[in-house]
Amino acid sequence: MAVLTMREALNQAMVEEMDRDANIFLMGEEVGLYNGAYKVSKGMLDRFGPKRVWDAPISECGFAGLGIGAAMVGLRPIIEFMTWNFGIQAFDQIFNHAAKMYYMSGGQFNVPIVFRGPNGAAHMLGAQHSQAYEPMLTNVPGVKVVTCATPYDAKGLLKSAIRDNNPVLFLESEMMYGFKGEVPEGEYLIPLGVGDIKRVGTDVTLIAWNKVLHRVLEAAEELGKQGIQVEVLDPRTLLPLDEDLIFGSVRKTHRLVIVEEAWGFGSVGAQIADRVQAECFDELDAPVVRVTNEFVPMPYNEAQEHHVMPQVDRIVQAVKDVLYI
Amino acid sequence: MTSKKKTQWDKDQLIRMYQDMCLFRRFEERVGLAYTKQKFSGFCHLHIGQEGLAVGVQSVLRPTDYMISGYRSHTQAIGKGIAPRFVMAELFGKVDGCCRGKGGSMHMFSKEHRFLGGHGIVGGQTPLAAGVAFKVRYQNGDDIMVCYLGDAATNQGQFFESLNMTATWDLPVLFIVENNKYGMGTDIRRTTSVDRLWKRALAFDMAHSDVDGMNVLTVHEHVKGIVETMRRDKKPHLLEALTYRYRGHSVSDPGTYRTKEEVEDYQKNRDPIVQLERFLLENKLCSEEDLKAWDKAAKDACKEAEEFADASPFPDVEERWQHVLAD
Repeated sequence: MAVLTMREALNQAMVEEMDRDANIFLMGEEVGLYNGAYKVSKGMLDRFGPKRVWDAPISECGFAGLGIGAAMVGLRPIIEFMTWNFGIQAFDQIFNHAAKMYYMSGGQFNVPIVFRGPNGAAHMLGAQHSQAYEPMLTNVPGVKVVTCATPYDAKGLLKSAIRDNNPVLFLESEMMYGFKGEVPEGEYLIPLGVGDIKRVGTDVTLIAWNKVLHRVLEAAEELGKQGIQVEVLDPRTLLPLDEDLIFGSVRKTHRLVIVEEAWGFGSVGAQIADRVQAECFDELDAPVVRVTNEFVPMPYNEAQEHHVMPQVDRIVQAVKDVLYI
Repeated sequence: MTSKKKTQWDKDQLIRMYQDMCLFRRFEERVGLAYTKQKFSGFCHLHIGQEGLAVGVQSVLRPTDYMISGYRSHTQAIGKGIAPRFVMAELFGKVDGCCRGKGGSMHMFSKEHRFLGGHGIVGGQTPLAAGVAFKVRYQNGDDIMVCYLGDAATNQGQFFESLNMTATWDLPVLFIVENNKYGMGTDIRRTTSVDRLWKRALAFDMAHSDVDGMNVLTVHEHVKGIVETMRRDKKPHLLEALTYRYRGHSVSDPGTYRTKEEVEDYQKNRDPIVQLERFLLENKLCSEEDLKAWDKAAKDACKEAEEFADASPFPDVEERWQHVLAD
């Protein structure tokens, strides 16, 4: 198997799909001539030409809406946001338009479009560039929300997202673009709505997605050395959520810690905790514990930023809390 | 723009335009009455007074052209091809409505007739229009995207973004600003830096013009020229159409922000239907009896539409779970 970086895996997904379907085009700030702010679209302008790879003006709402309009009449746009922090300029188009179109037209106009870009904090980018959006994105029906944490997942999920007939909001991470992982040579798809067990364990279930999954895996490793067998579950798709996988794991371990790099108020973790208490009440041996970003805007200062986000020590402590040790 | 002599008008087309304007007005009057009879609820924005623009524009389009609009769009949807009965049924929230009762007054859609809504966020339809025109260019077509918006939508950021993208990339959107002078209850002059809204195009080096939207013949002639040019050069155009709505912003608007005299002046002196009536009679293209008969036919068609909507069943309540996501 080839070892690819996350950016290469995402690039392969787009290239393969654009080779397959001439109705797919890529639009975003700096995706063409500059080869992508984070080089995810490297080489795509050369390969596909300016008709299919478009450098957009800095008008996120405008070009998101352009993509939606094009999708309503048969094209399949991939819209790149340089970061989801800029993507929220396009919330009106994504949620008032893309998410509602199929419904309010009574099933006439579906919107096959992917909005993709990095989500969550990178490193010392300050308050306006460091937000994790999944709590907001998953609160509206009519879209799918997908995250990725490994090159393998990134490629298989993005290909499925591009083939999906609905608006798919695809969350990446600046810090992960250089992460390496094995990716098979041949074509493969990972279906949306299906989670993955990243580490098998018996004592406690840890749920995490996107970049913070890697912190969780570190914590699991450390806990393993202490004799605690942690199961790490990555839902990958947050909307729709793979509840069966979650319930199955909780029924096995009877303890659940949810780790997210977002604010915890009204978050995906809160939603998972609610579903688990409703469906697995009798299976739980401890209250569900959540580890989230602290409820402050992201500080610039490095030490402060570090403390705001879930780190290994907080995750390890949470696991010990649900184990009463 | 060269203007043709009046004698060059195709009589049948003039009559069709007259009939369509009668249909649009009678339809909206009937909708207003049905609303007061509580046959339906929610927001309801009537287009009465603005028929000349809708009919004049529609008269130069071909069926493959696309159209998108804001929330005052019942009659534009009918003009684009959705039968009045399906629009009325949609207003009533019935299963035979053009969106199976899921859209309502502000959200009429027809894939078949290339009417892409019916949108409720002021200015939100403008980037969508850019996207449809993008598709036309992508597939080397020569269809036109007609994008209606109100005067107040020209102050929305998305509108500027759309003007920039369509002008930069030569996307064939005909932006038609229906300037009826009021953004809800606010005189447009109180919120807008320019006195004429076509000036918004200047910042984008975009073709632009204005037209008397109260005169269907003027609209027809003017927009015909624009559309012919656009099919050739694929470039966008911003048209400011000066028009006027007789009714309130919505049916619940008492209209205290404008004078009775102003409304009456438009109704008496500039009404699009009356103007065409005079033209037809002066040029001896029809008789008074013809006019009455056509108006009666329009009334009958709207009555039929309402009866159809009355008789149509409500969708099954369980249908609310359909069309959230496509397969």
